[in-house]
Amino acid sequence: MAIRPATVAEVPDVAGRRGWLAQVRDFCRERPLGAIGAAVVAANILVAISANVIAPYDPLTTDYGAMLAPPSAGHWLGTDAFGRDVLTRILYGSRTAMLVGFACAFFGATIGAVIGVASAYFAGKVDLIVQRVMDIFLAFPLIILALAVVSILGTGIQNVIMAITIPMIPRAALVARSSALAIRELPYVDAARAAGFRHRRIILRHMLPNVMAPYLIMLTAYLGQAILLEASLSFLGLGVSEPTAAWGLMLRGAAVQFAEAAPWMAIFPGLAISLAVFAFNLFGDSLRDALDPRLKTQ
Amino acid sequence: MAKYIVKRLLLMIPTLLGVAVLIFFLMRVVPGDIVELRFAGESAFAQKENLDKERARLGLDRPLWEQFVTWMLGIMRLDFGTSMWTGSPIIEEIQLRAALSFQLAVMATIIAVVLAIPLGVVAALKQDTWVDYCVRIFSIAGLATPSFWLGIVFILMLLIVFKWLPPMVYTPFWVNPWQNMLQLIWPALAVGYRYSAVATRMTRSAMLEVLREDYIRTARAKGLWQKLILSRHALKNAMLPVLAVVALEFAFLMGGLVVTEQVFNLNGLGMLFVESVARRDYTLTQALVMLVAFVFIFVNFTVDLMYAWLDPRIRFR
Repeated sequence: MAIRPATVAEVPDVAGRRGWLAQVRDFCRERPLGAIGAAVVAANILVAISANVIAPYDPLTTDYGAMLAPPSAGHWLGTDAFGRDVLTRILYGSRTAMLVGFACAFFGATIGAVIGVASAYFAGKVDLIVQRVMDIFLAFPLIILALAVVSILGTGIQNVIMAITIPMIPRAALVARSSALAIRELPYVDAARAAGFRHRRIILRHMLPNVMAPYLIMLTAYLGQAILLEASLSFLGLGVSEPTAAWGLMLRGAAVQFAEAAPWMAIFPGLAISLAVFAFNLFGDSLRDALDPRLKTQ
Repeated sequence: MAKYIVKRLLLMIPTLLGVAVLIFFLMRVVPGDIVELRFAGESAFAQKENLDKERARLGLDRPLWEQFVTWMLGIMRLDFGTSMWTGSPIIEEIQLRAALSFQLAVMATIIAVVLAIPLGVVAALKQDTWVDYCVRIFSIAGLATPSFWLGIVFILMLLIVFKWLPPMVYTPFWVNPWQNMLQLIWPALAVGYRYSAVATRMTRSAMLEVLREDYIRTARAKGLWQKLILSRHALKNAMLPVLAVVALEFAFLMGGLVVTEQVFNLNGLGMLFVESVARRDYTLTQALVMLVAFVFIFVNFTVDLMYAWLDPRIRFR
């Protein structure tokens, strides 16, 4: 399945000689939507880091006097079935989301890129075998993988990260491989080989840096997907477990059960998920447009 | 071309075999087996000999390689065996659920395509205007909104505004189409929104690419009607990648709607997946995984063939 047009640049755009500040300024001016996305992402990361400072309550303290309280001055977004403040849990939930999002996107895209580039570099039999193994993982249903990981290792953040990262690897490898195939034929790779460098050095130091554009594009795209997947898995009870604050988890159980009486429990965590993923996608899209010369607006 | 098709078909075999090995051993690595689970409630009967007797009945006492070979030989004759939990043939178990999943997938696809193509085309034509921005924001939001949450919001809305809930029991379409639609239209909308977002983005970028081709410029230079250029020249050529994502998305929907089915209490394939793994129903889970993997591989293959067939510039070795 190698004939479909790749969604990313075949050859990365070489960053200009100007300072990065000027580049950031240009990015904001040319792509206002992307800049807004980046700002929301930055705000989200800040919230995740400083949740313990800005959150009005403790995320775990239950208050049975204020169960299912509607939004008010005391509880801006209301409370849940245990009387825990919804706003606080959303703020703390961004920690889970950001942690899972960045970890999965980083590991998934990086491991995938290394495998893809190596596969393209070695070519021949190695390439064929690696592609078949990747095909197996692509065809394997994600939810079964997650179910199996959770059943074997139990719920918990590191296992969720694993369950989400594994299916990302073959997808990243596919993209990285198609970019690396073009690079493999370039003279500098031949030169490195002629200079007698080891395979590992050629792959990691010479080829990998040159698939940076598709790598960055994948990274930003996977961030949002990982956050969505984490929410789905947690909602199913296969992800992060109580009492950890996580957006998907907040939608589970009581939120659906008491949806009519306390709709704020079901609405706000979902909005938080949407906003976070929306911002990542907005930023990622603009980044892709900026890095991919083929799609540049004329 | 015939050579290519044969090659691709042959390449399916190792992939499917790999999936089979993976799921077979994965299921057996998961702690607890079906016998333990079934007897868990009745500790008095859960003596070792009873457990062993039940395992022997299900064939779980034989060596792993023998179990695997038996299973594989069955699959080659298209015999998937019986469910370990219910004892009824797996084909029957899956048929019931697949009908619902299939209908839902078809409905979501219709919603997605009806939304995506006009939106994508308009956005491409008016690139970088406010129309384009609106469409892009609408579609990026579609990608960002979890379908299951959208489902919860739909149910909430119906409940609070109309004091009405969609029917909880599944009615087949041929029994009562109206009742069937009342139930399935909501999950189809919830899933269709995300789906349409994927297709809209593809339509837009494919149109943008096609509109820059020389033959479009030629058509314009000839003074051809804008409408005719769009429908005959541009849209026709831009449809290929759109068709591809729609097909792949459809393959995913057949087994991947686990969470949405949960929210709407639908007994589809996704629900069956979760149940069968929870019960350690090895035979059923294995059959389901093989089915989903096969659909995925087959759709991929069909998409590639479609490219070759519809785009004469693509040639296969």
